[in-house]
Amino acid sequence: MNDQNVNLCGMTRRLMVVRSAALAALLASGIAIGDERIERARAAMKKLIGERAIEDGGITLKTPSIAENGNTVPVSVAVDAPFTADRYVKAIHLFAEENPAPEVASFFFTRASGKASASTRIRLAKTQRVIAIAEFSDGRILRTANEVKVTIGGCGG
Amino acid sequence: MAKPRVKISKKIKKAEPFEVKTLISHKMESGQRKNEETGENFPRKIINTFICKLDGEEVFRVKLYPAVSANPFLSFYVTAEKSGELEFIWIEDDGTETQYKKSFEVPA
Amino acid sequence: MKRQTVLFCLSVAAGNLMNTANAADTEDWSSFQVKDRRSGYTYARVETRAIQDDDFDNPGYIWVENGAELWATQDGSKGKSCMDCHDDAAASMRSVGATYPVYLPQSKKLINIENRINQCRTAQMGASAWAWDTEPLLAMTAFIKNQSKGMAVSPQIDGPAAPFFEAGKAFYHQRRGQLDLACLHCHEMNHGRMLRAQRLSQGMSNGFPTYRLKWQTLGSLHRRFRGCNRQVRAIPYAAGADEYVNLELYLAWRARGLPVETPAVRN
Repeated sequence: MNDQNVNLCGMTRRLMVVRSAALAALLASGIAIGDERIERARAAMKKLIGERAIEDGGITLKTPSIAENGNTVPVSVAVDAPFTADRYVKAIHLFAEENPAPEVASFFFTRASGKASASTRIRLAKTQRVIAIAEFSDGRILRTANEVKVTIGGCGG
Repeated sequence: MAKPRVKISKKIKKAEPFEVKTLISHKMESGQRKNEETGENFPRKIINTFICKLDGEEVFRVKLYPAVSANPFLSFYVTAEKSGELEFIWIEDDGTETQYKKSFEVPA
Repeated sequence: MKRQTVLFCLSVAAGNLMNTANAADTEDWSSFQVKDRRSGYTYARVETRAIQDDDFDNPGYIWVENGAELWATQDGSKGKSCMDCHDDAAASMRSVGATYPVYLPQSKKLINIENRINQCRTAQMGASAWAWDTEPLLAMTAFIKNQSKGMAVSPQIDGPAAPFFEAGKAFYHQRRGQLDLACLHCHEMNHGRMLRAQRLSQGMSNGFPTYRLKWQTLGSLHRRFRGCNRQVRAIPYAAGADEYVNLELYLAWRARGLPVETPAVRN
């Protein structure tokens, strides 16, 4: 039936234009939400760090490059520097830059920890950066980030 | 809350960090999930705090947010000079606490 | 060919445009592979396999341990526990996970582990049946099947079980749903290929009940069947239905020789 300029997918040209515009709007709003979340994450981290200077690196953040499933992503974090009674890691905070809320978990260590290392499993809503921020007892701040790819699998499940 | 599981490393040396692993069954309802029938989100209900104490004193603590997966798994390290007891506490949003104790041996 | 099938083929093809040779296809999977039959373990990512490999890290063991407790707990009007009749599960249930579902003469059809548990509860214990995919039934099923961990899956498909095996086989090959797909289209004809961003497995059942990272909980094989059926836009059968139990036998035959992995950890 070709009386309406119907193409192979059964769409008219008008419908295709409308649908392309809707798709573009959807993509744009997706990008906008992403930007909003990154801003919110930045604000949360700024609130935590305050005016302290940030050093990039010095944290071993282990995340899979591609998550098997975004609902359960194994993460482990460790600060390599020696852990001494005078200078130890007080806390390591995990943030997910584009989750509905940026905070993921905060690990608080004491001298009796002996080692600033912890593991857990987290939820990631989409492909994004996981950011670890470490606070030393002497005020030093370390930061590192890994991108984790989160995909939609199979038939949409 | 259901029964927690705790594993303390068997290879403990005096004054050297040893690994402790914990797992507890909990849905960690994030507050983001939508109830298809009512159209409202299922209300948030998570474990928001985990504390580990060594002979009564806090050695490690975690603040958990809804982004922690269900059945929270936590692994961390503890250092001890002598044999002792670890106490583990999980605290839910409504204040409910689950406690668990396990002792360990430090060879002389 | 129906349009839906065309679209399906296109999406598999699209997924495979980016799919260069996968190292996992040539890896030595030892007991997780028998001839060309591969456990879902071999399609999982390395971090996921690590969770399964450690009996502590594996959250499925929460249910196995709960099952062990329930095994020794009295329930029902007759005041019995499973242990009262079946003693030590490690002995009495040893091969159940590797051989079920089996033909039950009393009912003249196949019975699987979940339905057998409920049959025991109602007929022998005077207790109520546990609903599918609720905590106690998951725990007991995982506990029982875990007694066979490491044993080779070896179902009996001849004798009185034969017609039910054939029914399960027919189900596997039957197109269904709006997408008009049969199990074999994904799990036999396209395993190893990418369907969107996920690698299709052979759909082996040797690790069920399984802790799925997606579900964030342990789930039954029939729950997985229902999900698969829904995903091809077919109306699923009820968990525990004859159709699914028959399919279980066919799947057990497909998995013959692979080790029981319950509780497995998968996507």
